[in-house]
Amino acid sequence: MANFILNGKPMSADVEADTPLLWVIRDELNMTGTKFGCGIGTCGACTVHVGGRATRSCITPVSSVEGAEITTIEGLSENGDHPLQVSWQKLQVPQCGYCQSGQIMQAAALLKDIPNPSDADIDAVMGGNLCRCMTYVRIRSAIHEAANAIKENNNEQTA
Amino acid sequence: MSRLPKKLSTGITRRGFLISMTAAGISFGFPRHLMAAMDPASPDGKVLPSEGDIYEPSLWYSIDSAGKIKVNIMRSEMGQHVGTAIARILADELEASWDDIEIIHVDSDPRWGYMVTGGSWSISQSWPVYRQAGAAGRTALIEAAAKKWGISPKNCKASKGNVVSSKGKISYGELVAMGLSRQFSEDELKALPLKPNADLTLVGKHVTSLDIANKTNGKTIFGIDAKVEGMVYATPILPPTRYGSKVVKFDDSSAKSIKGYQQTIVLDDASGSVPGWLMVIASHFTAAQKAAKRINVTWDKGETADVSEADIIEHGKKLLSDPDKGGILDTGNVNTDPAFKKASSVVSEEYITSTVLHAQMEPLNALVFKNPDGVWEVHSGCQWQSLTLPVLAKALGEDEANIVIRTYMLGGGFGRRLNGDYTIPAALTSKALGGKPVKMVLMRPQDMLFDSARSASVQQLKLAFDENKAVTAMEHHATAGWPTQVLAPGFMPKGVNGQVFDPFSIAGADHWYSVGAQKVRAVSNDLAIATFRPGWLRSVGPGWTSWAVESFMDEAAHHAGKDPLQFRLDMLIAQGRNAGGTPVAQGGAARQAAVLKKAAQMIGWGTPQAKDSALGIASTFGQERDMPTWVSCAVQVHVDRDKGLVNVQKLYIAIDAGIIVDPNGAEAQCQGAALWGLSMALYEGTELRDGQYKDSNFDTYTPLRLGQTPEVKIEFIPSKYPPSGLGEPAVTPVAPAIANAIFKAVGVRLRKIPMKPSELKSALKNA
Repeated sequence: MANFILNGKPMSADVEADTPLLWVIRDELNMTGTKFGCGIGTCGACTVHVGGRATRSCITPVSSVEGAEITTIEGLSENGDHPLQVSWQKLQVPQCGYCQSGQIMQAAALLKDIPNPSDADIDAVMGGNLCRCMTYVRIRSAIHEAANAIKENNNEQTA
Repeated sequence: MSRLPKKLSTGITRRGFLISMTAAGISFGFPRHLMAAMDPASPDGKVLPSEGDIYEPSLWYSIDSAGKIKVNIMRSEMGQHVGTAIARILADELEASWDDIEIIHVDSDPRWGYMVTGGSWSISQSWPVYRQAGAAGRTALIEAAAKKWGISPKNCKASKGNVVSSKGKISYGELVAMGLSRQFSEDELKALPLKPNADLTLVGKHVTSLDIANKTNGKTIFGIDAKVEGMVYATPILPPTRYGSKVVKFDDSSAKSIKGYQQTIVLDDASGSVPGWLMVIASHFTAAQKAAKRINVTWDKGETADVSEADIIEHGKKLLSDPDKGGILDTGNVNTDPAFKKASSVVSEEYITSTVLHAQMEPLNALVFKNPDGVWEVHSGCQWQSLTLPVLAKALGEDEANIVIRTYMLGGGFGRRLNGDYTIPAALTSKALGGKPVKMVLMRPQDMLFDSARSASVQQLKLAFDENKAVTAMEHHATAGWPTQVLAPGFMPKGVNGQVFDPFSIAGADHWYSVGAQKVRAVSNDLAIATFRPGWLRSVGPGWTSWAVESFMDEAAHHAGKDPLQFRLDMLIAQGRNAGGTPVAQGGAARQAAVLKKAAQMIGWGTPQAKDSALGIASTFGQERDMPTWVSCAVQVHVDRDKGLVNVQKLYIAIDAGIIVDPNGAEAQCQGAALWGLSMALYEGTELRDGQYKDSNFDTYTPLRLGQTPEVKIEFIPSKYPPSGLGEPAVTPVAPAIANAIFKAVGVRLRKIPMKPSELKSALKNA
């Protein structure tokens, strides 16, 4: 039995210890926002947060996250209004949309570590997330846009 | 709560059909997202119920008593936001309020006609249909309001979901609630007056696509997300060759200890889609994966087990050397011999493209079962339902009428899902289990191994020049594995020499330059077809024919001692067959000249560049002569001589696709397409090795990443002509523009894509 906190709620699933976290989330817990792309951690479609860190769930055995706090795209914000989700919608980043949960989760981790990333920071951190529709131009813009929105929001709160 | 139904419609209407299918789903215990149709804007794709009475002016939409308009979309959504663009066309002509629009992606019911999403055709083909449909509704609503007011329809006007006159204002919803049944014959539809294009108010204006929000919060339902109670998982074991392998025996004894493993079956496939496949069945996806690794299979290998990429290329060269092979296109005067005999000089070159994989992000998958009504339901992403249904029918031994494809959102199409062969193994497994729901998801290596790759190609081009270095004749001979020959042979026309050819493996070679006599010959590479199943891949034939044409034009310009831009402009003359014959093609070659000039202006053509840097330009007409999208690419490139690396610094596209329906979506398509072009020019490409593609995952198959993305600019030429297509054309000029810039920068001509650092380095060494 695997136990962890998923999007703030304790969850348990009757699965083998070596089952990748991705399939526990998708097949056992029926949260399908996290996607399967390559199975070897090279495309980033399965990116979730484990203890706040961006993690490739397709190569993470569920036993290794026992008791951990896991966040998926469904839990990134309460109403789908994380600054990245807002900027992603405003700039109409998604095309097919399949990789975008992973892109957004990776970008959210990036903004936590580097609140005001340069293009080079974005290139480095987002380089592991493949987008076959090649929405890269807009991904880059939307990350800057979200970073600015967070900064402005913080300024307003401290002003 | 205003959107909850007051009462359910009981009439035999489209909506009634939708509701009843949904109800059947619920009674079978399906989750709600297993439905006949999907609304990509609602959570989990659920179609919202209509309110009160509804009115269907045409097959393509309904209006309910609350004024909500459901637009039926028979094109598949794979990132182009096609439903939004089509609904904009309808809403504009109907004078609807955009806030009232909902879009519904429908199932494969025959009522929708021929269902295919590809070729960049969707908007161009939908434009007249949905405008007529909108005009029908507008006419009927105005007539109804006029009757109620006792005035002439001429004194009424439709605007933003209302009919208005001196008598007041009445909403579409109110008119529908009063009871509306006006129907239109085909002839009546054709006779309806359309708004002048200049009066369109939604077309060409910014809109947020209706499928966007759900794609940022994980709520979009793709084929891989389809679920039904009681389903089992099946994972395939693929044979060593695409065709001809036979299972001699298999041993699953060591798989039996895997918890959840059920059984392994050898597929018996009358459709020939998946010969030599086994399916491993288990209660869980991961159990099936584990079990599959423990099953030992012995095959008799097919005949192509040793074929390599080099074999296919060499075979192609041999085929081209026989002038009697292949179909010759009707390009006017095809007798080039006299001009070549008389020529004062001739330029001739050969170009190669490598095998390219689709590698769409969502691995191929399908969920298939027989429902309680005895109908086979196929839940999956699909681009060509009308091609896939007959194959399913053959495999299942069922009538087509007894099979329905429920198309989900596609995690990328790019042409891979035009060929629906991936639905067959799931269908056959379900059949073997008596119609039990079977879910198949391919692992990435299986997805790539089973790809319908873009075939490698060989192209030989030659130009005849007179003593003034003016072009007098051109020949273009091309060979590749033909997807259409394998998958849809009925779509192959006859050439002027009586031999059939695959139009999707030569389009682009029949360009709009006036070159005098012109011979274009397409030859099927039978070794490619025997070894793998060629597919249509984003930008299809022009994705590789343009590589040859536009690299060659550059070489020819240098031979003639002319500026490559001016050399092209001099041959783009909108006369004769290059004047443009169809409504979409009006303007002809002059429009290609205009995008060339625009791209040149954007990049600053002619301005001096730094050492080992240069500008390059290329131009094409997109996909097909009767639906041209005029596109030009200009790039700024720097070459690192030591590493053989090409750094594309600027990637600019000028494009004329006629009237642009959804500007933001159009820009997105062109950004993505241009980067596909870059990816295939420099980073992508596999090769056949021992009868299989060498690459099986993203560790070695390496499409463009964010850090490799240059500055991209897209500019549209304002146009009054009907829309052409946008999903693919911007792919086509990118690779030759880069090759042309590399030549200018370092004097080396690369004639094979992808252009690899090792090959650039060795070319520099030999230069």
